[in-house]
Amino acid sequence: MSTATHCPYCALQCAMHVEAGPDGQPAVRPADFPTNRGGLCRKGWSAAQLLHSPQRLVRPLVRTGGTGEFAETGWDEALDFVAGRMAGVREQHGPDAVAVFGSGGLTNEKSYLLGKFARLALGTSRIDYNGRFCMSSAAAAGIRAFGLDRGLGFPLPDVASAEVVLLAGANPAETMPPMMGHLSGPRLIVVDPRRSATAEFARERGGLHLAPRPGTDLALALGLLHSARAQDLLDGDYIGARTSGFDEAWKYAAAFWPERTEQVTGVPAHLVRAAARALGTARGAYVLTGRGAEQHATGTDTVSAWINLALALGLCGRAGSGYGCITGQGNGQGGREHGQKADQLPGYRRIDDPAARAHVAGVWGVDAGELPGPGPSAFELLDSLGTAAGPKALLLMGSNPAVSAPEAGRVRDRLSALDLLVTCDFVMSETAAMADVVLPVAQWAEETGTMTNLEGRLLRRRAVLDPPPGVRTDLEVISGLARRLGQPDQRFPAGADAVLAELGRASAGGGADYAGVSPQRLEAGEELFWPVPGPGAGTPRMFLEGFAHADGRARFAAVGHRGAAEEADAQFPLIATTGRLMGHYQSGAQTRRIGELAEAEPEACVEVHPDTGARAGLDDGGWARVVSRRGATLARVRYRAGARTDTVFLPFHYGGEQAANNLTNPVLDPVSRMPEFKVSAVRLERSDPPQDARAASSQNAGAAAPAAGAGAGRRGPARPAGG
Amino acid sequence: MPARRTARRGRHRHAMVQHTARRIVVIGNGMVGARFAEEVARRDPVGERVGVTVVGAEDEAAYNRVLLPGVLAGRYAPEDIRLPVPEAPSMAVRTGTAAVALEPARRRVALDDGTGLDYDDLVLATGARAAFPPIPGLAAADGAPEQGVTALRDLADCRRLSALARPGGPVVVLGGGVLGLEAARALAERGMRVSLVESSPWIMRRQIDRPAARILAEQYGVLGVAVHSWRVAARWLPGTGLELDDGRVLAGDALVVTAGVKANTGLAARAGIEAEHGVLVDDTLATDDPRVHAIGDCAQHPGGGAGLVQPGWEQAAVLADRLTGTRPEARYTGARPVTRLKAEGIELTSMGEAEADDTAETVTIADAHGGRYAKLSVRGERIVGAVLLGFADPAAEIARMYDDGAPVPADRLALLTGRPAPETEETGAGAADPLVCRCNAVTRAGVEAAWLDGARTRPDIAAATRATTGCGGCTRDVDALLAGWNDARPVPAP
Repeated sequence: MSTATHCPYCALQCAMHVEAGPDGQPAVRPADFPTNRGGLCRKGWSAAQLLHSPQRLVRPLVRTGGTGEFAETGWDEALDFVAGRMAGVREQHGPDAVAVFGSGGLTNEKSYLLGKFARLALGTSRIDYNGRFCMSSAAAAGIRAFGLDRGLGFPLPDVASAEVVLLAGANPAETMPPMMGHLSGPRLIVVDPRRSATAEFARERGGLHLAPRPGTDLALALGLLHSARAQDLLDGDYIGARTSGFDEAWKYAAAFWPERTEQVTGVPAHLVRAAARALGTARGAYVLTGRGAEQHATGTDTVSAWINLALALGLCGRAGSGYGCITGQGNGQGGREHGQKADQLPGYRRIDDPAARAHVAGVWGVDAGELPGPGPSAFELLDSLGTAAGPKALLLMGSNPAVSAPEAGRVRDRLSALDLLVTCDFVMSETAAMADVVLPVAQWAEETGTMTNLEGRLLRRRAVLDPPPGVRTDLEVISGLARRLGQPDQRFPAGADAVLAELGRASAGGGADYAGVSPQRLEAGEELFWPVPGPGAGTPRMFLEGFAHADGRARFAAVGHRGAAEEADAQFPLIATTGRLMGHYQSGAQTRRIGELAEAEPEACVEVHPDTGARAGLDDGGWARVVSRRGATLARVRYRAGARTDTVFLPFHYGGEQAANNLTNPVLDPVSRMPEFKVSAVRLERSDPPQDARAASSQNAGAAAPAAGAGAGRRGPARPAGG
Repeated sequence: MPARRTARRGRHRHAMVQHTARRIVVIGNGMVGARFAEEVARRDPVGERVGVTVVGAEDEAAYNRVLLPGVLAGRYAPEDIRLPVPEAPSMAVRTGTAAVALEPARRRVALDDGTGLDYDDLVLATGARAAFPPIPGLAAADGAPEQGVTALRDLADCRRLSALARPGGPVVVLGGGVLGLEAARALAERGMRVSLVESSPWIMRRQIDRPAARILAEQYGVLGVAVHSWRVAARWLPGTGLELDDGRVLAGDALVVTAGVKANTGLAARAGIEAEHGVLVDDTLATDDPRVHAIGDCAQHPGGGAGLVQPGWEQAAVLADRLTGTRPEARYTGARPVTRLKAEGIELTSMGEAEADDTAETVTIADAHGGRYAKLSVRGERIVGAVLLGFADPAAEIARMYDDGAPVPADRLALLTGRPAPETEETGAGAADPLVCRCNAVTRAGVEAAWLDGARTRPDIAAATRATTGCGGCTRDVDALLAGWNDARPVPAP
């Protein structure tokens, strides 16, 4: 066997061959593809190891009434139980009492069917997904500026021929290494409070590293726009012909002359000028933003400020230059288009738009009046669980909010307050360990479907092997539950290709139009970038003729700097910021169970400047307790001489008492409703090692380990099936 | 006044009562007055709580006075430096209108167009005006500048100066403070031949020490500005120039007076509100009349801050917090101002005590030849003063530490020179078995082992070790290793 498919992890979606390794088990070999060009990171190389992990869940688990422990059960019993309980909750408390939480890791087909399931089978408005935590600020800013949001509006290889690329709050050298192959030619300007691997990459090659204080990225973007204008680098013809709103936006940038930008951000004025000059004089330049720009209470405005800079320099909607958001999750792009978002219907349609409702209701064969309206955003949804007015039951697919949500301790409390928590997972994640029912589902290499990568490129995910006996696909779960909730069989097909065909019809005419996408075209090797409205070619480069607003113009956003919601003070004198390590992915539920990855980074760490660490009484390699107003986390101290003395960094891949999100601030962006993951005021305390550091690491075989934290104790420890 | 009583009761109830918005009148549409309006609009976007009327004497919409030297240099057009005008329905701006009298007892301001405005709260943001030293020929009896003389406080001054001075022609700047130095640099950028006269022993007397000033003056000389410190002007000779006390005459088509400012306190003082250099305010930014507040250059707070925009903007935010009720407990407790000279080609930052006494530990680096000077004074591990000329990168970090009151590192010299910060990972180049491919954690020994097993090309090495398949940054390193081994070593027997 050797099958070409794509990596299960990030939005780069590297192509790979999966075939039998020397031990007879499936193994991965990189494939040549425009995005990864034959490369893979260590996560991709080792991805197949989880397919045959002993920690794999292979039987449905239902918590028994007596002991509160999980007991294995059959699928029919499990699905009957779940559907019955959901119907009961709905009967008693109304349709909004049952909620659904999805994921940017789900295929397009699952995202679509999950949204349809919520609106039709449950009739609930309570559906959102973890992409709200990742890409929603860039999505909101992109829609505001261009009328439509596609992460990169151009194929990634275009970037390689640019002269300058600015990366704002993105660290691809750590988080998606094969992308760096496209970034080794251009001169890089890296904006990151940390001297990240990407910042080092830039410095070694004559680029610039601008290290703003966390929470001041917006001021820095305004400062670059100001400096570009003061150096007469703006493209006045482009601004006049293709945009509107520059004058109002400029008034906010006018207040950020380089020396003031320096005082607010800590980035030296001469670097502000140099960066603006490099970007403004380049033949071909790109501005790319990542989570560091987005995950703020001002994330949408921050991304808007970077887009303003790109627009003012005339970069957008032209071949050879542009603005783009580096989407994070594997299907972070497709997942934000097809209706698992609280305010959205398939095809990037708004759920409060009557025409959109009529179109989708027509495809679904229902009356538009039957569709619920918009619901609350991810954190607001999670925060309402089990409250008097909030949902009493939750179906969770592809997400681990007990680790990944902000102020995770509070979210764990809310999850514990549910009458019914159902998770679909293939390992006993921290959230699964809190569930009443855990449904074991297939993994990437065991299923078929489509993904949309960070370029808006449609990809075929192919089944390499059958799931283990006893495991079903997510689509089969949705289909089985829908039928038990009284839906007609054909309304929720379990076959991915049938779902894709329906998705195509539902998205037709919308912003993200997939009407012309088919498995056959993808299998034939066609390069399809959405919109693909029909049998013709897709759209590799967006906005070349005009932007998606009615007047064809891009819009500047008049945005000012406001600062972070929480400032450092005497009690919490440092700023903690969070992010990823190369060897782990998201909540770590998968990568902490892969031996070579877990061994390399077995436990949480906190990166600290040596002076800062010494003042807090810490030792390099010892343990620290990091404390915020919301909670505490334990992490091993890692000294970094290149760190800012006022900032510490924690990776968010660990659970329980090592969860970085125990600290984070759930204050939300007013537009995107994204939480402020990137700025928390903290203090450092010396700590003993965690009670069972070993159990907190790779051997976290699910809920039995203390690392699963408070949540695991809800109804006593649980056992993974077959464990 | 029943409306006002309703409003006051309404504040203590919830939205149950439809209450009338309170009326705030702001006198002054400069950087701080306009900023206050913007801060209010941000907190109260639809005007539920307050309605604001801003009264500005200039005919222009509000603009950023700090950037006037940049306008002079040609870097900005006048419209480039406009400030945001909040477009809230509850905001009104009356330009070209001056307040002429304040009646605190009636809570009313009389305007020069014969009308008046009632207020619940009054905000004085009247700023300051240029102070002309008593030198013959500078100003007429009524205070108006004489021929060829101008201040540099507003756009009208900028226009006046641009009309007076031409590229290649001589201009004299009187006053070697921050504004004078910025103006002199801007005029030199525009191609003028500039002389600058400072009556103190050295330029920027309040912000930097003498050795720094000497190096700074030399740098200005290189940029085309002749600095004459500790020289008193004797008289202005229109059409000729500025005569000094030693009899020399500095040629000048124009004279720019940047010799200090006077706070505009007249309106308050005439109404009996207490004022010294400025209108006296406490931490709530109230004057001795609790309904009259003062912010920016016209205010005098015990913690200082007049003369710089950042403290004025902080005051605007604090007062907006208080008067909109969003944070009635907000206080302004004083400034820790950092002075940052805006002059093309010069990197100068100063803060706190430029000449700290012996109770401070001071590190000094003077490099006159290189045009660099650094002085850092520390007490109790906290920065109490610094002068940094030509130390751009550490200056940003030191200013941040000063502003935060953060402790300084033990190695102060390293802080000044830019700390040597090699990452101390054991995987660095000095390690016994250095990491070649960081993405896939492949060491040199790992690559070598693969070579010994017969991998001779980069694809072979990639297949065997995964090296080069991540970010690709190690491709050249692997190629170099292979080239060396393939050339130098005999191929081992299979």
